[in-house]
Amino acid sequence: MSGVRVLVGTRKGAFVLTSDATRGRWRVSGPHFAGWEIYHVKGSPTDSDRLYASQSSTWFGQLIQRSDDGGNSWDPVGNKFIYDGILGTHQWYDGTPHPWEFARVWHLEPSLTDPDTVYAGVEDAALFRSTDGGWTWQELPGLRGHGSGSAWQPGAGGMCLHTILLDPTDPQRIFIAISSAGVFRTDDAGKTWRPVNRGLRSEQIPNPTAEVGHCVHRIAMHPSRPGVLFMQKHWDVMRSDDGGESWCEVSGNLPSDFGFPIEVHAHEPDTIYVVPIKSDSEHFPPDGKLRVYRSRSGGNEWEALTKGLPQRDCYVNVLRDAMAVDALDPCGVYFGTTGGQVYASADAGDSWEPIVRDLPPVLSVEVQTLP
Amino acid sequence: MIRVVLPAHLRKLAQVTGEVQLDVVGPVTQRAVLDALEARYPMLCGTIRDHVMQRRRAFVRLFACEQDLSHELPDTPLPDAVATGAQPLVVLGAMAGG
Repeated sequence: MSGVRVLVGTRKGAFVLTSDATRGRWRVSGPHFAGWEIYHVKGSPTDSDRLYASQSSTWFGQLIQRSDDGGNSWDPVGNKFIYDGILGTHQWYDGTPHPWEFARVWHLEPSLTDPDTVYAGVEDAALFRSTDGGWTWQELPGLRGHGSGSAWQPGAGGMCLHTILLDPTDPQRIFIAISSAGVFRTDDAGKTWRPVNRGLRSEQIPNPTAEVGHCVHRIAMHPSRPGVLFMQKHWDVMRSDDGGESWCEVSGNLPSDFGFPIEVHAHEPDTIYVVPIKSDSEHFPPDGKLRVYRSRSGGNEWEALTKGLPQRDCYVNVLRDAMAVDALDPCGVYFGTTGGQVYASADAGDSWEPIVRDLPPVLSVEVQTLP
Repeated sequence: MIRVVLPAHLRKLAQVTGEVQLDVVGPVTQRAVLDALEARYPMLCGTIRDHVMQRRRAFVRLFACEQDLSHELPDTPLPDAVATGAQPLVVLGAMAGG
Protein backbone atom coordinates (compact mmCIF):
# COMPACT_ATOMS: atom_id res chain seq x y z
CA MET A 1 0.00 0.00 0.00
CA SER A 2 1.48 3.31 -1.03
CA GLY A 3 -0.86 5.94 0.28
CA VAL A 4 -4.19 7.38 1.23
CA ARG A 5 -6.47 9.87 -0.50
CA VAL A 6 -9.15 11.55 1.61
CA LEU A 7 -12.02 13.07 -0.37
CA VAL A 8 -13.74 15.87 1.51
CA GLY A 9 -17.01 17.54 0.51
CA THR A 10 -17.80 20.88 2.12
CA ARG A 11 -20.38 23.65 1.97
CA LYS A 12 -18.11 25.63 -0.34
CA GLY A 13 -16.09 23.17 -2.37
CA ALA A 14 -14.23 19.86 -2.41
CA PHE A 15 -10.79 19.12 -1.06
CA VAL A 16 -8.47 16.20 -1.73
CA LEU A 17 -6.05 15.31 1.05
CA THR A 18 -3.23 12.90 0.25
CA SER A 19 -0.52 11.19 2.23
CA ASP A 20 1.81 8.26 1.95
CA ALA A 21 1.11 5.18 4.02
CA THR A 22 2.62 6.69 7.15
CA ARG A 23 -0.28 9.15 7.21
CA GLY A 24 1.99 11.65 8.89
CA ARG A 25 2.33 14.44 6.30
CA TRP A 26 -0.56 15.58 4.19
CA ARG A 27 -0.95 17.56 1.00
CA VAL A 28 -4.16 19.54 0.66
CA SER A 29 -5.60 20.20 -2.79
CA GLY A 30 -8.57 22.49 -3.32
CA PRO A 31 -11.01 24.01 -3.17
CA HIS A 32 -12.35 22.26 -6.23
CA PHE A 33 -15.69 23.70 -7.40
CA ALA A 34 -15.20 26.66 -5.06
CA GLY A 35 -18.41 28.17 -3.82
CA TRP A 36 -20.55 25.11 -4.55
CA GLU A 37 -21.92 22.66 -2.02
CA ILE A 38 -20.21 19.32 -2.42
CA TYR A 39 -22.41 16.81 -0.68
CA HIS A 40 -20.28 13.80 -1.56
CA VAL A 41 -17.17 12.66 -3.39
CA LYS A 42 -16.38 8.98 -3.79
CA GLY A 43 -13.97 6.85 -5.78
CA SER A 44 -14.53 3.62 -7.65
CA PRO A 45 -13.33 0.55 -5.75
CA THR A 46 -12.09 -0.93 -9.02
CA ASP A 47 -10.36 2.15 -10.43
CA SER A 48 -8.91 4.46 -7.85
CA ASP A 49 -8.50 7.26 -10.41
CA ARG A 50 -12.22 7.34 -11.16
CA LEU A 51 -13.98 9.74 -8.80
CA TYR A 52 -17.51 11.07 -8.77
CA ALA A 53 -18.60 14.28 -7.04
CA SER A 54 -22.02 15.70 -6.30
CA GLN A 55 -21.89 19.48 -6.85
CA SER A 56 -24.92 21.63 -6.17
CA SER A 57 -26.07 25.12 -5.33
CA THR A 58 -29.30 26.79 -4.41
CA TRP A 59 -28.85 29.06 -7.41
CA PHE A 60 -27.70 26.75 -10.18
CA GLY A 61 -28.96 23.31 -9.18
CA GLN A 62 -27.24 19.95 -9.43
CA LEU A 63 -24.13 18.92 -11.33
CA ILE A 64 -22.20 15.68 -11.29
CA GLN A 65 -18.46 15.91 -11.81
CA ARG A 66 -16.20 13.05 -12.79
CA SER A 67 -12.45 12.72 -12.53
CA ASP A 68 -10.43 10.07 -14.33
CA ASP A 69 -7.10 11.06 -12.82
CA GLY A 70 -7.65 10.88 -9.10
CA GLY A 71 -9.04 14.36 -8.67
CA ASN A 72 -6.44 16.39 -10.57
CA SER A 73 -8.95 17.34 -13.23
CA TRP A 74 -12.73 17.12 -13.43
CA ASP A 75 -15.40 17.23 -16.09
CA PRO A 76 -19.14 17.68 -15.68
CA VAL A 77 -21.18 14.68 -16.78
CA GLY A 78 -24.94 14.20 -16.75
CA ASN A 79 -27.18 16.07 -14.35
CA LYS A 80 -30.60 15.04 -15.60
CA PHE A 81 -32.35 13.29 -12.72
CA ILE A 82 -35.89 12.70 -13.90
CA TYR A 83 -38.20 10.61 -11.77
CA ASP A 84 -39.58 7.62 -13.63
CA GLY A 85 -43.29 7.32 -14.38
CA ILE A 86 -46.05 8.82 -12.28
CA LEU A 87 -44.60 11.39 -9.94
CA GLY A 88 -46.82 10.68 -6.93
CA THR A 89 -46.67 12.39 -3.58
CA HIS A 90 -45.06 11.95 -0.20
CA GLN A 91 -46.02 13.70 3.02
CA TRP A 92 -44.90 17.25 3.55
CA TYR A 93 -43.86 18.56 6.97
CA ASP A 94 -47.45 19.51 7.73
CA GLY A 95 -48.79 16.11 6.72
CA THR A 96 -50.22 17.23 3.39
CA PRO A 97 -49.36 15.39 0.14
CA HIS A 98 -46.38 16.90 -1.66
CA PRO A 99 -45.24 15.96 -5.17
CA TRP A 100 -41.83 14.39 -5.43
CA GLU A 101 -39.40 17.14 -6.36
CA PHE A 102 -35.71 16.66 -7.10
CA ALA A 103 -33.45 18.82 -4.95
CA ARG A 104 -29.94 17.36 -4.94
CA VAL A 105 -27.75 14.27 -4.86
CA TRP A 106 -26.72 13.40 -1.33
CA HIS A 107 -24.65 10.30 -1.92
CA LEU A 108 -22.84 8.64 -4.81
CA GLU A 109 -21.98 4.97 -4.55
CA PRO A 110 -19.77 3.55 -7.30
CA SER A 111 -20.28 -0.09 -8.24
CA LEU A 112 -18.03 -2.66 -6.63
CA THR A 113 -17.19 -4.16 -10.04
CA ASP A 114 -17.61 -1.55 -12.80
CA PRO A 115 -16.21 2.00 -12.66
CA ASP A 116 -18.84 3.22 -15.13
CA THR A 117 -21.72 2.13 -12.91
CA VAL A 118 -22.62 4.39 -10.03
CA TYR A 119 -25.69 4.83 -7.85
CA ALA A 120 -27.03 8.18 -6.66
CA GLY A 121 -29.18 8.71 -3.59
CA VAL A 122 -31.19 11.89 -4.00
CA GLU A 123 -33.58 14.29 -2.28
CA ASP A 124 -36.59 13.90 -2.59
CA ALA A 125 -35.77 10.31 -1.77
CA ALA A 126 -35.10 8.08 -4.74
CA LEU A 127 -32.34 5.91 -6.10
CA PHE A 128 -30.81 6.52 -9.52
CA ARG A 129 -28.20 4.52 -11.43
CA SER A 130 -25.84 5.38 -14.24
CA THR A 131 -24.10 2.68 -16.27
CA ASP A 132 -22.19 5.04 -18.58
CA GLY A 133 -19.90 6.84 -16.19
CA GLY A 134 -22.45 9.37 -15.05
CA TRP A 135 -23.60 10.70 -18.42
CA THR A 136 -27.16 9.42 -18.09
CA TRP A 137 -29.19 8.50 -15.03
CA GLN A 138 -32.18 6.22 -14.64
CA GLU A 139 -34.32 5.93 -11.55
CA LEU A 140 -34.88 2.53 -9.97
CA PRO A 141 -38.55 3.32 -9.49
CA GLY A 142 -39.49 0.29 -7.44
CA LEU A 143 -38.17 2.00 -4.33
CA ARG A 144 -40.11 5.24 -4.58
CA GLY A 145 -43.04 3.22 -5.84
CA HIS A 146 -43.08 1.09 -2.73
CA GLY A 147 -46.56 1.13 -1.25
CA SER A 148 -45.40 3.11 1.73
CA GLY A 149 -43.93 5.96 -0.36
CA SER A 150 -46.90 8.24 0.05
CA ALA A 151 -46.36 8.15 3.82
CA TRP A 152 -42.68 9.07 3.81
CA GLN A 153 -41.85 12.43 5.41
CA PRO A 154 -38.78 14.63 5.23
CA GLY A 155 -36.43 14.94 8.14
CA ALA A 156 -35.19 18.36 9.14
CA GLY A 157 -32.56 18.26 6.39
CA GLY A 158 -34.98 17.20 3.68
CA MET A 159 -36.27 13.83 2.53
CA CYS A 160 -32.98 12.38 1.49
CA LEU A 161 -31.72 8.99 0.44
CA HIS A 162 -28.34 9.24 2.11
CA THR A 163 -26.89 5.74 2.43
CA ILE A 164 -26.35 3.05 -0.20
CA LEU A 165 -24.71 -0.24 0.79
CA LEU A 166 -23.86 -2.75 -1.94
CA ASP A 167 -23.52 -6.34 -0.78
CA PRO A 168 -20.12 -7.58 -2.02
CA THR A 169 -21.26 -11.21 -1.90
CA ASP A 170 -24.59 -10.77 -3.67
CA PRO A 171 -24.91 -8.27 -6.55
CA GLN A 172 -28.69 -8.52 -6.29
CA ARG A 173 -28.77 -7.15 -2.75
CA ILE A 174 -28.64 -3.43 -1.93
CA PHE A 175 -29.53 -1.62 1.28
CA ILE A 176 -30.52 2.03 1.29
CA ALA A 177 -31.57 4.39 4.06
CA ILE A 178 -33.89 7.39 3.94
CA SER A 179 -34.59 10.15 6.43
CA SER A 180 -37.33 9.80 7.54
CA ALA A 181 -38.54 6.51 6.16
CA GLY A 182 -35.98 3.96 7.30
CA VAL A 183 -33.98 1.15 5.74
CA PHE A 184 -35.07 -0.66 2.59
CA ARG A 185 -33.56 -3.74 0.97
CA THR A 186 -33.72 -5.14 -2.52
CA ASP A 187 -32.82 -8.73 -3.36
CA ASP A 188 -33.35 -8.36 -7.11
CA ALA A 189 -30.88 -5.59 -7.99
CA GLY A 190 -33.32 -2.79 -7.37
CA LYS A 191 -36.54 -3.94 -9.03
CA THR A 192 -38.45 -4.45 -5.79
CA TRP A 193 -37.83 -3.23 -2.28
CA ARG A 194 -39.13 -3.84 1.17
CA PRO A 195 -38.64 -1.99 4.43
CA VAL A 196 -36.40 -3.72 6.96
CA ASN A 197 -36.98 -1.78 10.15
CA ARG A 198 -38.33 -4.35 12.61
CA GLY A 199 -36.96 -3.64 16.05
CA LEU A 200 -36.55 0.09 15.54
CA ARG A 201 -38.40 2.26 18.01
CA SER A 202 -38.91 5.99 17.43
CA GLU A 203 -40.92 7.97 19.94
CA GLN A 204 -41.10 10.86 17.45
CA ILE A 205 -43.65 9.08 15.23
CA PRO A 206 -47.23 8.19 16.13
CA ASN A 207 -46.60 4.46 16.11
CA PRO A 208 -43.07 4.09 17.53
CA THR A 209 -42.61 0.64 15.99
CA ALA A 210 -44.13 1.40 12.58
CA GLU A 211 -42.81 -0.39 9.52
CA VAL A 212 -41.64 2.92 8.00
CA GLY A 213 -41.13 6.45 9.23
CA HIS A 214 -37.91 6.07 11.22
CA CYS A 215 -35.23 8.70 10.92
CA VAL A 216 -32.26 6.48 10.19
CA HIS A 217 -29.15 8.62 10.05
CA ARG A 218 -26.66 6.10 8.72
CA ILE A 219 -26.07 2.37 8.27
CA ALA A 220 -22.77 0.55 7.82
CA MET A 221 -21.50 -2.94 7.11
CA HIS A 222 -18.17 -4.74 6.95
CA PRO A 223 -17.61 -6.26 3.50
CA SER A 224 -16.58 -9.61 4.95
CA ARG A 225 -19.86 -9.93 6.84
CA PRO A 226 -22.60 -8.21 4.84
CA GLY A 227 -25.42 -9.76 6.84
CA VAL A 228 -24.43 -7.72 9.87
CA LEU A 229 -25.50 -4.09 9.78
CA PHE A 230 -24.92 -1.25 12.19
CA MET A 231 -27.12 1.83 12.41
CA GLN A 232 -26.97 5.27 13.94
CA LYS A 233 -30.58 6.32 14.23
CA HIS A 234 -31.95 9.74 15.20
CA TRP A 235 -31.73 8.33 18.68
CA ASP A 236 -30.31 4.83 19.33
CA VAL A 237 -27.41 2.84 17.92
CA MET A 238 -28.72 -0.42 16.48
CA ARG A 239 -27.40 -3.69 15.12
CA SER A 240 -28.88 -6.34 12.82
CA ASP A 241 -27.43 -9.83 12.45
CA ASP A 242 -29.85 -10.97 9.78
CA GLY A 243 -29.56 -8.51 6.91
CA GLY A 244 -31.95 -6.02 8.45
CA GLU A 245 -34.77 -8.48 9.20
CA SER A 246 -34.54 -7.48 12.85
CA TRP A 247 -32.64 -4.89 14.84
CA CYS A 248 -31.58 -4.64 18.47
CA GLU A 249 -30.25 -1.66 20.34
CA VAL A 250 -26.54 -1.61 21.17
CA SER A 251 -26.24 1.92 22.57
CA GLY A 252 -24.93 0.49 25.85
CA ASN A 253 -22.86 2.96 27.85
CA LEU A 254 -22.70 5.79 25.28
CA PRO A 255 -23.10 9.23 26.85
CA SER A 256 -25.74 9.98 24.19
CA ASP A 257 -27.12 7.63 21.59
CA PHE A 258 -27.97 10.49 19.26
CA GLY A 259 -25.54 11.08 16.39
CA PHE A 260 -25.04 10.88 12.68
CA PRO A 261 -22.18 8.71 11.35
CA ILE A 262 -21.34 5.11 12.15
CA GLU A 263 -18.37 3.29 10.67
CA VAL A 264 -16.77 -0.16 10.82
CA HIS A 265 -13.05 -0.91 11.26
CA ALA A 266 -11.48 -2.14 8.01
CA HIS A 267 -10.12 -5.38 9.50
CA GLU A 268 -12.23 -6.02 12.59
CA PRO A 269 -15.91 -6.48 11.70
CA ASP A 270 -17.01 -6.05 15.29
CA THR A 271 -15.11 -2.81 15.87
CA ILE A 272 -17.36 0.16 15.21
CA TYR A 273 -17.19 3.91 15.68
CA VAL A 274 -19.76 6.60 16.46
CA VAL A 275 -19.62 10.25 17.47
CA PRO A 276 -22.22 10.93 20.18
CA ILE A 277 -24.08 14.23 19.85
CA LYS A 278 -25.99 15.73 22.75
CA SER A 279 -29.49 15.77 21.28
CA ASP A 280 -31.66 16.41 18.26
CA SER A 281 -31.86 20.09 19.11
CA GLU A 282 -28.32 20.51 20.44
CA HIS A 283 -26.19 19.30 17.58
CA PHE A 284 -22.88 19.31 19.37
CA PRO A 285 -20.91 16.89 21.55
CA PRO A 286 -21.96 16.41 25.17
CA ASP A 287 -20.04 18.60 27.64
CA GLY A 288 -18.19 20.39 24.82
CA LYS A 289 -15.87 17.37 24.44
CA LEU A 290 -15.36 15.91 21.00
CA ARG A 291 -15.18 12.18 21.57
CA VAL A 292 -15.28 9.29 19.15
CA TYR A 293 -16.63 6.17 20.79
CA ARG A 294 -15.33 2.76 19.76
CA SER A 295 -16.85 -0.60 20.50
CA ARG A 296 -14.77 -3.71 19.92
CA SER A 297 -17.71 -5.98 20.64
CA GLY A 298 -20.11 -4.85 17.95
CA GLY A 299 -21.90 -2.49 20.32
CA ASN A 300 -23.09 -2.20 23.92
CA GLU A 301 -19.60 -1.69 25.39
CA TRP A 302 -18.05 1.57 24.27
CA GLU A 303 -14.81 3.38 25.06
CA ALA A 304 -14.19 7.09 24.57
CA LEU A 305 -11.36 8.02 22.22
CA THR A 306 -10.15 11.48 23.13
CA LYS A 307 -6.40 11.71 22.58
CA GLY A 308 -5.78 14.62 20.23
CA LEU A 309 -9.41 15.73 20.12
CA PRO A 310 -10.60 18.95 21.78
CA GLN A 311 -11.89 18.22 25.28
CA ARG A 312 -13.29 21.61 26.11
CA ASP A 313 -15.43 24.27 24.45
CA CYS A 314 -16.06 22.19 21.34
CA TYR A 315 -19.50 22.61 19.77
CA VAL A 316 -19.17 21.20 16.28
CA ASN A 317 -21.22 18.46 14.67
CA VAL A 318 -20.12 15.48 12.58
CA LEU A 319 -22.55 14.81 9.74
CA ARG A 320 -23.71 11.39 8.58
CA ASP A 321 -21.42 10.99 5.59
CA ALA A 322 -18.41 12.58 7.24
CA MET A 323 -16.60 9.53 8.66
CA ALA A 324 -14.59 6.86 6.86
CA VAL A 325 -11.79 4.34 7.32
CA ASP A 326 -8.78 3.35 5.23
CA ALA A 327 -7.63 -0.22 4.63
CA LEU A 328 -4.09 0.13 5.96
CA ASP A 329 -2.83 -1.70 9.01
CA PRO A 330 -3.38 -0.30 11.56
CA CYS A 331 -6.68 0.93 10.25
CA GLY A 332 -6.96 4.68 9.72
CA VAL A 333 -10.12 6.47 10.82
CA TYR A 334 -11.13 9.92 9.55
CA PHE A 335 -13.92 12.36 10.23
CA GLY A 336 -14.80 15.94 9.37
CA THR A 337 -16.71 18.49 11.40
CA THR A 338 -19.08 21.35 10.75
CA GLY A 339 -16.28 23.54 12.12
CA GLY A 340 -14.10 22.65 9.15
CA GLN A 341 -11.65 20.28 10.80
CA VAL A 342 -10.73 16.93 9.33
CA TYR A 343 -9.27 14.62 11.97
CA ALA A 344 -7.27 11.49 11.20
CA SER A 345 -6.20 8.59 13.36
CA ALA A 346 -3.51 6.26 12.04
CA ASP A 347 -3.97 3.85 14.94
CA ALA A 348 -7.60 2.80 14.73
CA GLY A 349 -8.78 5.69 16.86
CA ASP A 350 -6.33 5.57 19.77
CA SER A 351 -5.00 9.01 18.89
CA TRP A 352 -6.04 11.79 16.52
CA GLU A 353 -4.53 14.70 14.68
CA PRO A 354 -6.16 17.32 12.49
CA ILE A 355 -5.14 17.14 8.84
CA VAL A 356 -6.72 20.53 8.26
CA ARG A 357 -8.49 22.83 10.70
CA ASP A 358 -10.23 25.59 8.81
CA LEU A 359 -12.18 24.25 5.87
CA PRO A 360 -15.80 25.24 5.26
CA PRO A 361 -18.29 23.03 7.13
CA VAL A 362 -17.55 19.43 6.18
CA LEU A 363 -20.42 17.50 4.63
CA SER A 364 -18.68 14.27 3.71
CA VAL A 365 -15.43 12.35 4.07
CA GLU A 366 -14.43 9.33 2.03
CA VAL A 367 -11.10 7.53 1.95
CA GLN A 368 -9.27 5.69 -0.78
CA THR A 369 -6.41 3.38 0.07
CA LEU A 370 -4.12 3.67 -2.92
CA PRO A 371 -2.21 0.74 -4.37
CA MET B 1 -25.12 38.47 -32.58
CA ILE B 2 -26.64 38.15 -29.13
CA ARG B 3 -24.45 38.94 -26.14
CA VAL B 4 -24.91 37.07 -22.87
CA VAL B 5 -23.19 37.78 -19.57
CA LEU B 6 -22.98 34.75 -17.30
CA PRO B 7 -22.30 34.72 -13.56
CA ALA B 8 -18.82 33.69 -12.50
CA HIS B 9 -19.79 30.14 -11.46
CA LEU B 10 -21.36 29.42 -14.84
CA ARG B 11 -18.51 31.03 -16.78
CA LYS B 12 -16.15 28.70 -14.97
CA LEU B 13 -18.38 25.71 -15.63
CA ALA B 14 -18.61 26.57 -19.33
CA GLN B 15 -14.90 27.44 -19.42
CA VAL B 16 -15.47 30.86 -20.92
CA THR B 17 -14.18 34.30 -20.03
CA GLY B 18 -16.05 37.50 -20.66
CA GLU B 19 -19.28 37.69 -22.59
CA VAL B 20 -20.69 34.85 -24.66
CA GLN B 21 -21.82 35.68 -28.18
CA LEU B 22 -24.54 33.60 -29.80
CA ASP B 23 -26.33 33.38 -33.12
CA VAL B 24 -30.06 33.14 -32.59
CA VAL B 25 -32.35 32.20 -35.44
CA GLY B 26 -35.83 33.74 -35.45
CA PRO B 27 -37.39 35.92 -32.76
CA VAL B 28 -34.99 36.80 -29.97
CA THR B 29 -36.71 35.61 -26.82
CA GLN B 30 -35.48 34.25 -23.49
CA ARG B 31 -36.24 30.75 -24.68
CA ALA B 32 -34.40 31.21 -27.98
CA VAL B 33 -31.34 32.68 -26.31
CA LEU B 34 -31.20 30.01 -23.60
CA ASP B 35 -31.73 27.27 -26.19
CA ALA B 36 -28.78 28.62 -28.17
CA LEU B 37 -26.70 28.98 -25.01
CA GLU B 38 -27.35 25.41 -23.89
CA ALA B 39 -26.71 24.07 -27.38
CA ARG B 40 -23.28 25.72 -27.40
CA TYR B 41 -22.50 24.88 -23.77
CA PRO B 42 -24.40 21.71 -22.83
CA MET B 43 -22.87 21.69 -19.36
CA LEU B 44 -25.13 24.63 -18.57
CA CYS B 45 -28.27 22.54 -19.07
CA GLY B 46 -30.20 22.47 -15.83
CA THR B 47 -28.30 25.34 -14.23
CA ILE B 48 -30.38 28.31 -15.47
CA ARG B 49 -33.69 26.52 -16.01
CA ASP B 50 -34.84 23.07 -15.04
CA HIS B 51 -34.59 20.11 -17.37
CA VAL B 52 -38.25 19.14 -17.44
CA MET B 53 -40.41 22.25 -17.57
CA GLN B 54 -37.66 24.64 -18.70
CA ARG B 55 -38.65 26.99 -15.89
CA ARG B 56 -36.13 29.55 -14.73
CA ARG B 57 -34.50 28.39 -11.54
CA ALA B 58 -35.88 30.29 -8.59
CA PHE B 59 -32.63 32.05 -7.68
CA VAL B 60 -31.56 32.94 -11.20
CA ARG B 61 -32.35 36.39 -12.55
CA LEU B 62 -32.34 37.73 -16.12
CA PHE B 63 -31.63 41.43 -16.60
CA ALA B 64 -31.20 43.57 -19.69
CA CYS B 65 -31.26 47.31 -20.36
CA GLU B 66 -31.53 47.96 -16.61
CA GLN B 67 -34.77 45.97 -16.46
CA ASP B 68 -35.57 42.79 -14.57
CA LEU B 69 -36.91 40.43 -17.24
CA SER B 70 -36.96 37.41 -14.95
CA HIS B 71 -40.73 37.24 -14.79
CA GLU B 72 -41.39 37.77 -18.48
CA LEU B 73 -42.84 34.83 -20.36
CA PRO B 74 -40.12 32.81 -22.09
CA ASP B 75 -41.46 33.57 -25.56
CA THR B 76 -41.78 37.33 -25.05
CA PRO B 77 -39.39 39.17 -27.37
CA LEU B 78 -36.36 40.60 -25.61
CA PRO B 79 -35.67 44.34 -25.96
CA ASP B 80 -34.44 45.48 -29.36
CA ALA B 81 -31.14 46.50 -27.81
CA VAL B 82 -30.53 42.84 -26.88
CA ALA B 83 -31.72 41.58 -30.27
CA THR B 84 -29.31 43.92 -32.05
CA GLY B 85 -26.42 43.14 -29.74
CA ALA B 86 -26.22 46.68 -28.38
CA GLN B 87 -26.89 45.42 -24.86
CA PRO B 88 -26.23 42.01 -23.28
CA LEU B 89 -28.70 39.71 -21.60
CA VAL B 90 -27.37 39.35 -18.08
CA VAL B 91 -27.82 36.06 -16.24
CA LEU B 92 -27.05 36.30 -12.56
CA GLY B 93 -27.61 34.63 -9.25
CA ALA B 94 -30.19 36.33 -7.08
CA MET B 95 -28.93 38.33 -4.14
CA ALA B 96 -29.91 35.72 -1.60
CA GLY B 97 -27.01 35.32 0.77
CA GLY B 98 -24.82 32.28 0.94
